[in-house]
Amino acid sequence: MNAYFKQDEPDTRNLLDTGKQGVIGKALSRPEGLAKVTGTAPYSAEYQIDGCLEGVLVTAPFARGRITAIDKKAALAMDGVIAVIDDPRMTTRPAQGTAAAAPEQGPGEVDYFGQPIALIVAETFEQARHAAKNLPFDYEADEIGSVPLDPESAPRETDDGSSMSKGDLAHAMKTAPHTVDLRYRTHGHVSAAIEPHAAIAQWDGTKLTVHAAQQMPNYNIAELADITGLDEENVRLISRYVGGGFGSKLGVAEETAAAAIAAMQLSRPVRVVMSRQQVMQAIGHRSESRQRVRLAADSGGVLTGFGHEALVANLPGESFAEPVLQSSQFLYGGDNRLLKLEIARIHRSTAASVRAPGEAVGMPVLEAAMDVLAEEIGIDPVELRLKNIPEKDPDTGLPFTEHGLARCLKEGAEAFGWDSGPRQPRLKRDGDWWIGTGVASAARVHNVAEAKARVTLNPDGTASVQTDMTDIGTGTYAILSQIAGEMLGLPPEKVLVQLGDTDFPRGPGSGGSWGAASIGSAVLVACEELRGSLAEKAGVNSDELDIADGMLNGQPVSDLLGGKELSALGHYEPGKIADDYTSSGFGAFFAEVRVNRHTGEVRVSRMLGAFAFGRVLNAKTARSQCIGGLVWSIGTALTEALLFDPNDGHIANADLAEYHVPVHRDIPALDVLMLEKKDAAASAIQAKGIGELGMCGGAGAIANAIYNASGARIFEFPMTPDKVLQAMEDN
Amino acid sequence: MKPFDLQRADGLAHAGQLCADKHTAPIAGGTNFVDLLKLEVETPSTVVNINPLPLGGIEETADGGLSIGALVSNTATAVDMRVRENWPVLARAILAGATQQLRNKATTGGNLCQRTRCYYFTNIDQPCNKREPGSGCGAIKGVARLHAVLGTSDHCIATYPGDMAVVLAALDAQVEIAGPKDSTRTVPVRDFHRLPGDQPWKDNVLEDGEIITAVTLPAPVAGRQVYRKVRERSSYAFALVSVAAVIDMDGDSITRADLAFGGLAHKPWHDPRIADLLVGQSPSEALFDKAADLLLEEAQGYGENDFKIPLARRTLKAVLAEATGVKP
Repeated sequence: MNAYFKQDEPDTRNLLDTGKQGVIGKALSRPEGLAKVTGTAPYSAEYQIDGCLEGVLVTAPFARGRITAIDKKAALAMDGVIAVIDDPRMTTRPAQGTAAAAPEQGPGEVDYFGQPIALIVAETFEQARHAAKNLPFDYEADEIGSVPLDPESAPRETDDGSSMSKGDLAHAMKTAPHTVDLRYRTHGHVSAAIEPHAAIAQWDGTKLTVHAAQQMPNYNIAELADITGLDEENVRLISRYVGGGFGSKLGVAEETAAAAIAAMQLSRPVRVVMSRQQVMQAIGHRSESRQRVRLAADSGGVLTGFGHEALVANLPGESFAEPVLQSSQFLYGGDNRLLKLEIARIHRSTAASVRAPGEAVGMPVLEAAMDVLAEEIGIDPVELRLKNIPEKDPDTGLPFTEHGLARCLKEGAEAFGWDSGPRQPRLKRDGDWWIGTGVASAARVHNVAEAKARVTLNPDGTASVQTDMTDIGTGTYAILSQIAGEMLGLPPEKVLVQLGDTDFPRGPGSGGSWGAASIGSAVLVACEELRGSLAEKAGVNSDELDIADGMLNGQPVSDLLGGKELSALGHYEPGKIADDYTSSGFGAFFAEVRVNRHTGEVRVSRMLGAFAFGRVLNAKTARSQCIGGLVWSIGTALTEALLFDPNDGHIANADLAEYHVPVHRDIPALDVLMLEKKDAAASAIQAKGIGELGMCGGAGAIANAIYNASGARIFEFPMTPDKVLQAMEDN
Repeated sequence: MKPFDLQRADGLAHAGQLCADKHTAPIAGGTNFVDLLKLEVETPSTVVNINPLPLGGIEETADGGLSIGALVSNTATAVDMRVRENWPVLARAILAGATQQLRNKATTGGNLCQRTRCYYFTNIDQPCNKREPGSGCGAIKGVARLHAVLGTSDHCIATYPGDMAVVLAALDAQVEIAGPKDSTRTVPVRDFHRLPGDQPWKDNVLEDGEIITAVTLPAPVAGRQVYRKVRERSSYAFALVSVAAVIDMDGDSITRADLAFGGLAHKPWHDPRIADLLVGQSPSEALFDKAADLLLEEAQGYGENDFKIPLARRTLKAVLAEATGVKP
């Protein structure tokens, strides 16, 4: 059976609420959790495959140029080395998310320091790594100084899709009683997923099978086919467990391409695992940004002008430009609007998606600027935001789907104990530490994507769900067992969810926070079909179905099945809802920080996020997503920055000792309020994306709290002690 | 990792004999060394496992001090009740460094001999005079956030990264060293590490074949003990600046001011002029400023690390205020 649902209208049937099992939304633990914490869930590099060779990538020690000769003979003379591969099909950058085609190929041409130029294959990993570090090769490197590395002085292009102009912002700035015109800088970030990029490729002469850490097998299979020159039907990609993605595993990266090509050339299985340094240098990073925010407000604090401009960077030829202004398009009103995104072409490693691309750096900057405006007007910053929530999308004029910003600001303020009294800095001190609070809005655009899943009722009454959708630590296994369980009247443990295998129907992939709403809708569609069949078998109308714990209107479902399985392919596709509405998750962040008045160190002492993202599918995994977002907010605000060498563009701090993600000690007790309100226009399951929302603006709340605590108004993220000291008044 | 022979030290003399070869290196906890082997920053032909040597004890010395064996783990030192009662600043400094897992493996001798975390030293595709003499210094014109502002040279601006040795320098601890033919020598921690000069590849004064056997703490002294480590995240980060202080007062007069600094130089920084200035004086913000003036008299920043100069001043003043009870 096939069932197809193209969603043109809001779906107010709330089918999940008609289920009798009572598991949807419940705070259930993830079914694969035990396997993960006991080390028995195999990640991509951990499959035991007989005769598997080990590959290690060799990388370029210069910013731009070409490899002129590789001394393969010397490498082959080294212990254990079987091959030196520099096949022109090898990729030199990761594929961007949803590319579905090969990225840049040809390892002989070098575009950035640390670019893979060859693969050493050896009997053992240690042999391959040693040979990779000692492979002799000749190269012509372009002279230092002739290679653009600094975004500010490099050639730039305007990203028209992210730019717009309406009314006259300059005039609004001239005539409004309250204005701010501020410039900010943010630094590069990396995903820093714990599982490094890794792949094992096997080739049987016709078919390529690859275990790889990927977020989107549905696109990755096309990328891998394009890279290798194979037909998609001869490629199988398996990503059952992924140890964190955060955007870094959206597209097929260099290790997977190299493993596949090596396996095909050598007709033996080949594993390639990147080192931490390689992951940081050769996988996409979040672009640094320069931003300008102009806000004009009338005497009551209502925006009349809204300008947000940004300069980001990427390699020549890359289509991706960090979409810094994504939420600025619709978050606040203001008739005179200007958005402009420019991209500088430089030769640092690939800029690509890192969790909440765009909002992660655009929102904190906008929200920091809103704080300056609130001070300029003399209005409470929560109030300022409430005054400027638009009725309709101020750019397109489209209506919003369920809009939770006001709710989150109000209920968040209440729960946090927000003091709307005077906001002068340095009103509170504990010993050497100034204490202050800050607020910021959260917004993350909501998307859904086409998705397919097969749901099967087995003869014994249990069920299975199959799709190539992934679980990158987010809870896909859990929520799909709950959706199917709710609809088919089964406890989730009776639903086997099988993910991350391109032999299964195409899911949407994990990315852009669209996974749960999209694949959940496909599973719902399949289950609806199955329910129809069951009703028919039972001789009742679908709406009379009372089905729970494997019993249908008093009869075991297995009896109805009569020893046969019942299977449906659910196919969900967003139709007109995608064009007729602006849809976003919303939220509000409240932070309390302590700033050391001697050293400028900042510690977050309390943080709360209130979020509205439609239906909550699993209160536990949803909360975990929000908490993860808050942790990333703290890293963005205080510690995370890629340090690029000014002479060759390499990342100096390319490991987890020197790229500072927050440690446990940096994270206080975090509060999460999930303000559920089903959003019928968001998806067939009334749910919206949640994986990125928790960090879309949070760093701004911390920046504002730093100012409120210490009087240090800082225009650069992360706000490390040196910057705090520089901005403190008495310094 | 370059393949190497692994030898087991059969006594101190044997370890010394093996390590007399400049291509041979000892390994104890290996928490820093193994990383450097994997990166091929260290490429010895032979590695000598010195863990079997009987250097794992903590013993009281005749004059009331404490001898901490070279193979005592950092954790064991930090939890030793004698250390916690009499030299609490040492326990605090150790606990301010690394992580529990690393401290369980790291040893007294290894901690002293850990190498700089300069980004250019640990990246074999970059120039570094410490790793590859004559190749140049990538940090001076590159990313110098971590780097030194005191005692640098045109050849190297790396910092010594540790915490424990900073406190040992403040306490004027001694490094006990065994050399060839059963010889021994004692070097003050303050003189153990060296400045880069034109030989930045030499971190310290150990000669090939010499093995650290212990670190000796002098008898405990009265006074307040402070270790203040400034960093952007609150754990698992090297110091931007750190200050170790043992300060004693008699009424309103400072009677002891033993200070050492981390994050500023190629070695734990100790400037005897600071104690000379402070001792006998009544504490005041003006006095603390003078101490900072002395400390930073010849400080030189390299752009990104310029902030360390004002940060060191502020941290020193805050520590002195805390230890003397002056309200800044």
